[in-house]
Amino acid sequence: MGQIKRIHEMLVNKEITCVELTQQYLDAIENSNKELNAYITVTPEVALEQAKKVDEKIAAGEEIGMLEGIPMTLKDNISTKGIDTTCASKILTGYKPIYDATVYELLQKEGVVMLGKTNMDEFAMGSSCETSYYGGAKNPHSLDHVSGGSSGGVASAVGGNLAVYGLGSDTGGSIRQPASFCGIVGLKPTYGAVSRFGLIAYASSFDQIGPITHDVEDAAIVFDAIAKYDERDSTSQGSEPTLPTLKDDIKGKKIGIANQYLDGVREDVKQAVLDAAKAYEEMGAEIVYFDFPELKFALPCYYILAMAEASSNLGRYDGIRYGYKAEHYNGTHDMICRTRSEGFGKEVQRRILMGTYVLSAGYYDAYYKKAVNLRGAIVEAFDRAFELCDVILAPTAPVTAFKNGYLFSEETDQLEAYLSDICTVPVNAAGLPGVSIPCGVDEEGLPIGMQLIGKKFDEKTILNLAYRYEQKEDKFIETKWGVKL
Amino acid sequence: MKYELVAGFETHVELQTNTKIFCSCTTKFGGDPNTHCCPVCIGLPGTLPKLNERVVEYAIMAGLATNCEIAEIAKMDRKNYCYPDLPKAYQISQYDKPLCEHGYIQLSNGRKIRILRIHIEEDAGKLIHNHGDTYVDYNRGGVPLIEIVTEPDFRSIDEAKEYVEKLQQTMRYIGISDCRMQEGSMRCDVNISVRPEGSEKLGTRTEIKNMNSITNIAKAMDYEYERQVDLIESGGEVVQETLRYDDATGTTSSMRSKEDAHDYRYFREPDLVTINVPRERVKEIQARLPELPEKKYARYTEEYGIPEKDAAQLTKYRSISEYFDKASEGLKSPKTASNFIIGQIFRRLETEADKEALDIKTSAEQLGELCKLLESGKLKNNLAKKALDQMLDSGKPVTEFVSESDMAGLDDATLTEYCNNAINAMKNAVEDYKSGKEKALMAVLGNVMKQSRGRADAPSVIKKLKELIG
Repeated sequence: MGQIKRIHEMLVNKEITCVELTQQYLDAIENSNKELNAYITVTPEVALEQAKKVDEKIAAGEEIGMLEGIPMTLKDNISTKGIDTTCASKILTGYKPIYDATVYELLQKEGVVMLGKTNMDEFAMGSSCETSYYGGAKNPHSLDHVSGGSSGGVASAVGGNLAVYGLGSDTGGSIRQPASFCGIVGLKPTYGAVSRFGLIAYASSFDQIGPITHDVEDAAIVFDAIAKYDERDSTSQGSEPTLPTLKDDIKGKKIGIANQYLDGVREDVKQAVLDAAKAYEEMGAEIVYFDFPELKFALPCYYILAMAEASSNLGRYDGIRYGYKAEHYNGTHDMICRTRSEGFGKEVQRRILMGTYVLSAGYYDAYYKKAVNLRGAIVEAFDRAFELCDVILAPTAPVTAFKNGYLFSEETDQLEAYLSDICTVPVNAAGLPGVSIPCGVDEEGLPIGMQLIGKKFDEKTILNLAYRYEQKEDKFIETKWGVKL
Repeated sequence: MKYELVAGFETHVELQTNTKIFCSCTTKFGGDPNTHCCPVCIGLPGTLPKLNERVVEYAIMAGLATNCEIAEIAKMDRKNYCYPDLPKAYQISQYDKPLCEHGYIQLSNGRKIRILRIHIEEDAGKLIHNHGDTYVDYNRGGVPLIEIVTEPDFRSIDEAKEYVEKLQQTMRYIGISDCRMQEGSMRCDVNISVRPEGSEKLGTRTEIKNMNSITNIAKAMDYEYERQVDLIESGGEVVQETLRYDDATGTTSSMRSKEDAHDYRYFREPDLVTINVPRERVKEIQARLPELPEKKYARYTEEYGIPEKDAAQLTKYRSISEYFDKASEGLKSPKTASNFIIGQIFRRLETEADKEALDIKTSAEQLGELCKLLESGKLKNNLAKKALDQMLDSGKPVTEFVSESDMAGLDDATLTEYCNNAINAMKNAVEDYKSGKEKALMAVLGNVMKQSRGRADAPSVIKKLKELIG
């Protein structure tokens, strides 16, 4: 049984009140957040108020929904009315949105208990959570290792039992990679399945909100609750519910493995993925190997387009209307320059500069336009692949969680650091759904993750396959942190 | 040497939709600062634009009214630049796939000014400078605009003036904008260059901004033409730059040079989807488009025989032309209605704004009724004029002011009686007439008319007088 369902039944059977449950999580955050650094803002008043309402309902004998009263967290780039939403950036210090993101609105209707806002790479730019202005969230399996990024805080909180589940955002792997590093489940939905309204943009044509959970069933429950059409987001369409087919038999399903997806992947990670393929075969699925030469274009394509969009999306932080503003300046222009130089971290500045460069007159054709064309080629390559198989199986990351500071140490080539996203970005470039689930553990005891990539709006198939694998193999490892129910 | 002026226009027109282009805030002019705003139009982090379909429709109307081709597929782009009145640091506009392209506006001299494109975009807010501080008002931010770009087809200032007038007139006719230059709902930028007459090569152009009336456009162009010619004549070179027109001094001054020109880093707006314009939709919009002023003008002058000057006045505003069309329905000569409108009615409407508003008490149908009585000969011209004044004062129909007997005219006995009375009363005049002063009869005629309270028909009176005087 999934964790959400288990807690739901505890609430319904009055084994625990929602306020008690919420307080346990708040206490655990109080005790562990100093070390895990998963939360940027904790919201006990909001959470307890929400929990009280759930208890009143239960006491009155009313039925409660599956997500009602389940304590959760939101990545700190999801807007929450009256609650600090910082994107882990100095430039949004003290920024309290005046409206709620659509996903939070939807969850509030479900009777959610929101514990607080979780850490991330600044403006979701990073793969280790370490570009956060507040310092990175740590891996609950090992404090010497990063939680991953950019949704590192959500993954650290869920892996460390400081929340039952959380919502992250995935632009180039930011849900799947930290879920993989922290040994839990992360679903990046199809572009357009979940409304982006209220998600503070990094790269608008890639960004997508999705759940990070303990298990596949939880991911399905949360996804079905948030994958709704929203008229405020023109690119939103909603998606089909995944729960009805979650437990279906997978006999005869075709699982594709692209040879290129395994190139350069660490041996133990590769082996874990191939073992998973074997497990699928045992369940009656068919494994299909195919070539995916376009895969090598995904990384430059992603970085060029994402940085270009970011350079435009982040233009609005000028100190005039909200957030951080430089203290000393000489005139408007100087104020904006100083605010941005002081307010943005190094990685964000680097991406704004590169993004501005690739869009500049004289370079546009060489970079931006080419990347747009490459993106088209990647979409077509996936289309061809899905003629051969129902889903694609691949590692989520070429490695397990990095040591703290590794990505930004002097010895590490920045280009190589970007290479660690090689397995996740193709999915974003093509707008496909992908789910990462644990599939093993390395020598140091760090979790290994694999991802299942599906056709557009076919979350139900990848979750079905993920669920069956999880039931058969169950590679989940509990951590020592947080609430134990 | 003689120099030819070459100019092109970029005109921004604010669309009169109820709501803004990407959110549901009002587009009303004015209001307390930052009261017509929401998270979307002040660009708060995480907000997304939602395209107002009415904006697309209005732009298509503008395109059809200026003979443009309407794109089947269009898209929105981001134009990136940093300025405090632009809260997202980019303006959502259209770059390489505008809604309308390749149109024209024909001038009275027969020349066609080619329209390169019409695209939709959002307006920016406004900076307010006060006692050394600068404030921003975002009320105007997100108000929908169309930008109409012409080819460099203007060869004279008169052409430019006529183009702007025509554009204003057309946009007002189709009801998409009030085009008030003073309020900024229509803003023109002019690209201008000069070249030796007969030369095919374009000279270096400058762009003039900040002109808030047609008069100022003409003044600015005139000044800039002279400045460029003087510069070339004295051996200098025109520098490509953006100029600001100063209304107070009547001169232009540099805003920024070519080197300082923005690199807008256009790219597709990822938050909005492709705009599809099915051909049926274009047809449907075309069908709803009102008859345009040019067509009306042609109909009035060619079919109705209305003098060109009058036809121009009638077609200047849609309100007037529609009033005229309704009033002249079923008339043998629509000119009758035209004369009343341009004469008596316009006398009561002092300003252009009054004319456009056409706030009068007499309905077009009521005027039509009056015209019909006049045409049928039942009512004499002078009586009709008098009645119209009373109608305009009261809003009542013509039947309130003319009696059956007025309309019946005079029988011969009464006419004879009145003429005899007049001859007796005005002996001197009669004598003068008899001694050869033809004009003297007019005074006698006047007396008869007075007695008949205008019912008498002047030619018949004169005939009768001549008979009686002998």
